[in-house]
Amino acid sequence: MSELIQSSRVTGLTKINDFVVKFANVNGSGSASANGMFAKAVFRMGIPISPHNIFPSNIQGLPTWFEVRINENGYLGRREGVDLIVAMNEQTIGKDIASVLPGGYVLYDSSKTLANELLRDDVTYLPIPLKDICLEEFEKPTQRQLFKNIVYVGALSAFLSIDFKVLTELVSDQFRGKEKLILPNIHALELGHQYASDNFDCPLNLRLEKSEKNKGKILMDGNTATGLGCVYGGATVAAWYPLTPSTSVVDSFAKYCKRLRIDAGTGKKKYSIVQAEDELAAIGIAIGAGWNGARAFTATSGPGISLMQEFLGLAYFSEVPIVLFNIQRVGPSTGMPTRSQQGDLLCCAYASHGDTKHVLLFPANPSECFDYAARAFDISDRIQSPVIVMSDLELGMNEQICDPLNWDDKSRYDRGKVLNAEQLEEIERYGRYLDSDGDGIPYRTYPGTHPHKGSYFTRGSSHDSYAAYTEDGTVYAEVMDRLTLKMKTAVNYLPEPEFSETTSNKLGLAFIGTTTSAINEVLDSLAKKGITPDTMRIRAFPFHDRVTEFFDAHELVYVIEQNRDAQLKSLLKIECNIHEEKMHSILSYDGVLITAQHIEKSIIDSMSDMDASGEVPA
Amino acid sequence: MRAEKYPRKTAATMSYINKPKFKHPQMQTNDIGLTRRDYEGTLTTLCGGCGHDSISAAIIQAAAEMSLEPHRVAKISGIGCSSKIPSYFLSKAHGFNSVHGRMPSVATGANIANKELYYIGVSGDGDSASIGLGQFCHIVRRRINMLYIVANNGTYGLTKGQLSATADLGSRTKSGEESQFDNIDMATLAIELGASFVARSFSGDKKQLIPLLQAGLSHKGFAFIDVISPCVTFNNTDFSTHGYKNTWENHIALSEVDFVPMREEITTSYAAGKEKEITLHDGSAIHLHKTSNDYDPSDKENALHHINAYKKQGKIATGLLYINQSTSDLHELQETVDKPLNSLGNQELCPGSEALNDINNTFR
Repeated sequence: MSELIQSSRVTGLTKINDFVVKFANVNGSGSASANGMFAKAVFRMGIPISPHNIFPSNIQGLPTWFEVRINENGYLGRREGVDLIVAMNEQTIGKDIASVLPGGYVLYDSSKTLANELLRDDVTYLPIPLKDICLEEFEKPTQRQLFKNIVYVGALSAFLSIDFKVLTELVSDQFRGKEKLILPNIHALELGHQYASDNFDCPLNLRLEKSEKNKGKILMDGNTATGLGCVYGGATVAAWYPLTPSTSVVDSFAKYCKRLRIDAGTGKKKYSIVQAEDELAAIGIAIGAGWNGARAFTATSGPGISLMQEFLGLAYFSEVPIVLFNIQRVGPSTGMPTRSQQGDLLCCAYASHGDTKHVLLFPANPSECFDYAARAFDISDRIQSPVIVMSDLELGMNEQICDPLNWDDKSRYDRGKVLNAEQLEEIERYGRYLDSDGDGIPYRTYPGTHPHKGSYFTRGSSHDSYAAYTEDGTVYAEVMDRLTLKMKTAVNYLPEPEFSETTSNKLGLAFIGTTTSAINEVLDSLAKKGITPDTMRIRAFPFHDRVTEFFDAHELVYVIEQNRDAQLKSLLKIECNIHEEKMHSILSYDGVLITAQHIEKSIIDSMSDMDASGEVPA
Repeated sequence: MRAEKYPRKTAATMSYINKPKFKHPQMQTNDIGLTRRDYEGTLTTLCGGCGHDSISAAIIQAAAEMSLEPHRVAKISGIGCSSKIPSYFLSKAHGFNSVHGRMPSVATGANIANKELYYIGVSGDGDSASIGLGQFCHIVRRRINMLYIVANNGTYGLTKGQLSATADLGSRTKSGEESQFDNIDMATLAIELGASFVARSFSGDKKQLIPLLQAGLSHKGFAFIDVISPCVTFNNTDFSTHGYKNTWENHIALSEVDFVPMREEITTSYAAGKEKEITLHDGSAIHLHKTSNDYDPSDKENALHHINAYKKQGKIATGLLYINQSTSDLHELQETVDKPLNSLGNQELCPGSEALNDINNTFR
């Protein structure tokens, strides 16, 4: 076997801090924590990484992949092609080996002989008898199974020259409080490292060198940041129904509440979490709590959004603040529950029947997930309307390098226009839906505020300025017009778009959310070809005036998004009246994160098409 | 808030007919100085003779007698004729007419936000037994501290008289449509799902309904009252089991209830063995008069047995059907802080930057 391996070795160029390692595992085999340990070790060496889980909607048995892009330049998007595969899944090993770029490596468990048809002569095989090592070294069946994963991480440390001390520190951190587990884990790492060092030339042509690129940064997933943002934003009520990929938002909220929201004197909870019977009840509970003056949220994904439509219309029309986190996954219907997409833009922007419109926020990284989660409660209280934070599975469930989370201790919650008993005393007659300030936002009262002033009847049926039922068309239209004005006012409280420095007035790129991770790489690559587009990252809906101005200032804007129907482009057309010819769509909707290569190729292709027809904005 | 910008005087633009504000100078006041008028709502828009108006009137009287502060009540409903009821009582209380079948979730959220208010949920048989049956089941399970009333007329009034899921097998509406399916009995369902206070009454029997409403409001935990409330327009035929005629003739009180508010000294004396007293959480009491059937409302199995046995005879068992005072409500189960969650501010909720820096360090 080793002869075969040696003869099939292809000498490639050495790649330092710029390659992709992919782990192919069986779901439920305990690989996640080992793979996470690998990613974290590289992160702690100061080298930028972007890990991506590509997992099935399954508990045990189906294939799952963990892909880690390592890139010194900080390109955090996905890159196609694998430099080293850890091929641990017999079901997929053929495809997995085929995915390796020429000159790449295949690490596999050689306790079982590899079938001849799986041998390629343009890649290097790294056979390690993982099962045999574990059988010999560990007694318990569960350890024998789980430590196979740790052994290959140990081997990778020799192959890629991961600082072994970083790994042992990670193990100690991970099992703090469970000291019994530290030594066997370190032992497993050493076994792998030893075997690789004894049997192969280490390190390989892929290798890591310590860097300083991650100074000050953290490695976190978006849903953890979102849940924590809810704690900081003052949420006291969470109602939810379990749904991938949103579940970990509430898990995170619960985890940090247990730590940070227990009353010191009594040990009682300054929060309530209700696992509802379905998404309808989840949003209903949030609306009831929001109406009664608590900050409340629910977290869901596409199927839940569909179920919540009627209640979203109620909250819009009766003007109740709530925050909703939509961790988007692939639709329509059940779609691909464990894959990512930006496919709910239209159905969230105008959720529910009748004329409606909702505020959407588009975070692009975990720090923003934290900020926007906290800020969403202020915005929602201020405008008395739902705020939907549009994350996605890619951002929610994958760790990402980002700036540390930041909180200004001087900031105070903005509870919006709420009248207390003293203020009510000064008022002749209270009208819940009176636009006293001319900004479309009326004053609300909480139930129980004043013995005989400020009560009103909240309803989803047509109402006048005093909340009384009306079927008077003129009065109804006045309310609808005020809601339009309110949404215009809302824009003042939303994050503005983010622009690159202007270098061109011809070409622009417009995008939202997780597409952002590919943009730096696209720009660097295009610059080498002499193409220097300006960029606009849209961060909220309804759109800021500066969004329209960006289109006005450019001849052609590529609108880059991750869905089939160009939903962002449609919204821009509807809301900003931007001419179809000014926009060119770049779409990706296969369920995995859009790559810089795809964007770049689409731009180049479309430019050469236009060049041929003489339309190119030179 | 810029209170000075708020218009001091604004013309009324109510599109419904205002109720006359006249108060008789000698109108009786209750312990907190309020008259019955202070407990009323807007003018009803329901049909003349609708059972639901009697429910509104009973709630008004119950609350006035108990000297409830109207603004400390929150009224929540779904959609349908029944769900209009909250407009017609306690106009000084905040109300929330939500979406069809979803009152339970809205009431749950409201209760979680502020445990110090009284919550009255009003729903109907379409709202709670059909479109909202799931939510009904789960609010019972969650033990929300509230009074939940179903105004049960066996029909869909607003859409002109279709049968509802509480219509008894064989019952016929005005149009002659006969119910081919077994009915859902909201009271036995509530008992089975763990409601700690379950009663049934009849909108036409004020004497029975008012003390039950009062006891339900004083009960700590989920109190459910199924009120047979005939629809005069669509389901009041001689062949309807939800009409006035059948209900008058066939409702049988398993227990007779008096409600004694906590502040009243209990002076009435009953002959020994003739009554039972149940002290409620807030210090008020229920006096149960012994009826001929020697009914014990603290026994769940017994309650279900009696209700079903009467049903077989075509009778409707009413009164306090079941009570259990030793359960905890959701707040107790979840161990929420004593202060209402909606009263907590920055100081109490925000952990601050130092704690955040510690958290950041766990992600390095």
